Amino acid sequence: MKILVCLKQTFDTEAKITLDSNGKIESKGVSMIMNPYDEFAVEEALRIKEKGEGEVTVISVGGQQTQDALRQALAMGADKAVLVDPGEIELDEFSTATVLAKTIGGMEYDIILGGFRAIDDGSAQVVGRVAELLNIPVVNVVTKLEIEGGKALATREVEGGSEVIEVALPAAFTAQKGLNEPRYPSMKGIMKAKKKPMDKKTLADVGLDENQIAAKVKALSFSLPEARQAGKVIPGEAAEAAKELARLLREEAKVI
Amino acid sequence: MAHWLFTEEHELVRKTVRNWVEKEIKPYVEEWENAGEFPRELFARAGELGFLGLTYPEEYGGSGEDYLAGAVFFEEMARCGSAGVAAGLGASMAIAGPQIYKFGSEELKNRFLPPTISGKKIGALAITEPNAGSDVASIQTTARNMGDHYLVNGSKIFITNGVRADYVVTAVKTDPAAGHKGISLLVIEKGTPGFTVAKKLDKLGWNTSDTGELVFEDCRVPGENLVGRENMGFYYIMQNFAWERLVMALEAVASAQLAIDVAAEYARQRVQFGRPLSKFQVTRHKLADMASLVETARCLTYHALSLYVSGRDAVTEVAMAKLYACEIANRVTDEAVQIHGGYGYMMEYPVQRFWRDARIGTIGGGTSDIMKQVIAGRLIK
Ligand SMILES: Cc1cc2nc3c(=O)[nH]c(=O)nc-3n(C[C@H](O)[C@H](O)[C@H](O)COP(=O)(O)OP(=O)(O)OC[C@H]3O[C@@H](n4cnc5c(N)ncnc54)[C@H](O)[C@@H]3O)c2cc1C
Ligand SMILES: Cc1cc2nc3c(=O)[nH]c(=O)nc-3n(C[C@H](O)[C@H](O)[C@H](O)COP(=O)(O)OP(=O)(O)OC[C@H]3O[C@@H](n4cnc5c(N)ncnc54)[C@H](O)[C@@H]3O)c2cc1C
Repeated sequence: MKILVCLKQTFDTEAKITLDSNGKIESKGVSMIMNPYDEFAVEEALRIKEKGEGEVTVISVGGQQTQDALRQALAMGADKAVLVDPGEIELDEFSTATVLAKTIGGMEYDIILGGFRAIDDGSAQVVGRVAELLNIPVVNVVTKLEIEGGKALATREVEGGSEVIEVALPAAFTAQKGLNEPRYPSMKGIMKAKKKPMDKKTLADVGLDENQIAAKVKALSFSLPEARQAGKVIPGEAAEAAKELARLLREEAKVI
Repeated sequence: MAHWLFTEEHELVRKTVRNWVEKEIKPYVEEWENAGEFPRELFARAGELGFLGLTYPEEYGGSGEDYLAGAVFFEEMARCGSAGVAAGLGASMAIAGPQIYKFGSEELKNRFLPPTISGKKIGALAITEPNAGSDVASIQTTARNMGDHYLVNGSKIFITNGVRADYVVTAVKTDPAAGHKGISLLVIEKGTPGFTVAKKLDKLGWNTSDTGELVFEDCRVPGENLVGRENMGFYYIMQNFAWERLVMALEAVASAQLAIDVAAEYARQRVQFGRPLSKFQVTRHKLADMASLVETARCLTYHALSLYVSGRDAVTEVAMAKLYACEIANRVTDEAVQIHGGYGYMMEYPVQRFWRDARIGTIGGGTSDIMKQVIAGRLIK
């Protein structure tokens, strides 16, 4: 069983986001993590592999610092990593998916996994687009995945409940929270991660040029949410204060 | 930015430990503080995740003898805000275990290291006695060599993990007339007839770790439980002091940093005289002084650590780092309490615990006075 996991490096969930002088998101000094939804995907890939036989390859499109996220996946137990560094160009979901699909097109695979969305831009498009380009089925927001005899049973979230889908392999799946609890990288795994293969490619290496992946959408501007207003303290006796609170919730906040 | 001492692997260790501390330790700290200990299962969990094996080779279940990775582990542990947790794990992993690993027979290593590294067994190192603290050579617990076993009599006090340790590496006099040249180390297992835990001691800080008083009455310890050679114990103890003291310095720096972070955040939120405290120059300068002290301590500690891991003589620098880092941790945590005003004095705010926990730093692992003796001894031949 050959399993590929598409993963992205994103800002730490704890990071404080600021905008630089050009109104772009400031990335300097921000600590980076593996996109948490992709962590579910890596974990699921490892579990599938551990149930039988298989090989897990993690793939990312990004700059050289993305190696940290790939190494984390290797330390968790993935076998190989592929990094495609597109250089200093603006990417959108189309660009990333095109690079991934082109890279994956030259590889063997039975299952493609990825997070259903990245916590930074949250577009929830990339794995679906990759599946489309590769002409294979995709099941989104999966919370349970069983693989047997060339088929997969995937449980996915639908409004108010869940749905079970059977699909023939090869197929792509996107991970939703609840799919599993990702393991910590093992200490031995960390010490050995550097010895595992990390295949670093350029756009040209995968047979693409910048024009073929030129972004189709462009972000015009970014804005930060408004600073939170200070809270209101209601003084006085408990019974009186509660009355006042109820009044404010009804008349000012209009929530009850 | 990562410090130059640490590699990419170390940073991944850091991230992993930090994550673990956030998820599996921080939420339970208050509960463990009140219970007076952290659960025994935490040893097994830390073992399962490989943390207790960072400084041991693979043949015993470790991930390589990497003291920088070990240093990262203790720095991150300190961030949980309850220093007793690292004290407990550390007494087994960084204090008891190394005596067996560095000086024990292959048989002792095979018996005790794998379970220490997996966290299935808890170790302790017992040197201090009611009448012998700083003056290690004056210990009075005796071990009479009876051929195939030793007969041990005496008592130990202030022993971290003493209450629930499965084995205690115990300093004993095998030649009572020979001073420091008559000390040996014996591994004494829980349940050995004649070995009892007299009591669990109540402390000012380090409340999540257990500290015990141990008694040995005609306790028969098998001869093969001798660590290394007879009468070499004092030298073995002194050799691992370097690592123990580095760990204490690293923890002191990390805890002081935590106190600064918490105090700075408090100063941003607390309003008096119409402004947040963080707008008063007095508070700002206080925080700047605190940060400068901690940065100095960190640099000195990393310098001592780099000497230690490179295998060079680090005795002086390690003593300096332990002395300085633990002294400033007292000052910095005290100032952090001060910035909290009356709230700093309330048990509800964790800052009081940072201050209580820091207090052991200049006492345990050799007091500040003893560190100065070590430094002066090297300075004035
Ligand atoms: C929470 C806790 C955990 C501990 N864990 C362990 C453990 O796991 N294993 C273990 O073996 N021990 C442990 N200890 C003991 C610790 O190592 C000793 O407390 C320490 O070495 C000091 O010894 P003492 O308490 O007997 O003080 P003393 O040696 O009596 O010292 C009292 C004071 O006199 C000063 N002093 C002593 N001699 C001199 C001198 N020559 N010149 C100048 N000043 C001097 C000291 O600096 C100190 O200020 C622990 C202690 C505590 C509090
Ligand atoms: C055990 C205990 C008993 C007490 N008993 C009583 C009592 O019986 N009656 C009573 O009324 N109160 C009592 N108090 C309250 C006590 O008087 C206050 O805690 C004290 O005045 C400090 O106020 P605060 O705690 O609000 O700290 P804050 O005023 O918030 O001060 C926090 C920190 O900011 C510093 N700071 C504040 N303003 C400035 C400034 N302008 N420039 C520079 N630094 C500044 C302070 O020095 C302090 O370090 C008690 C407190 C405790 C802890």
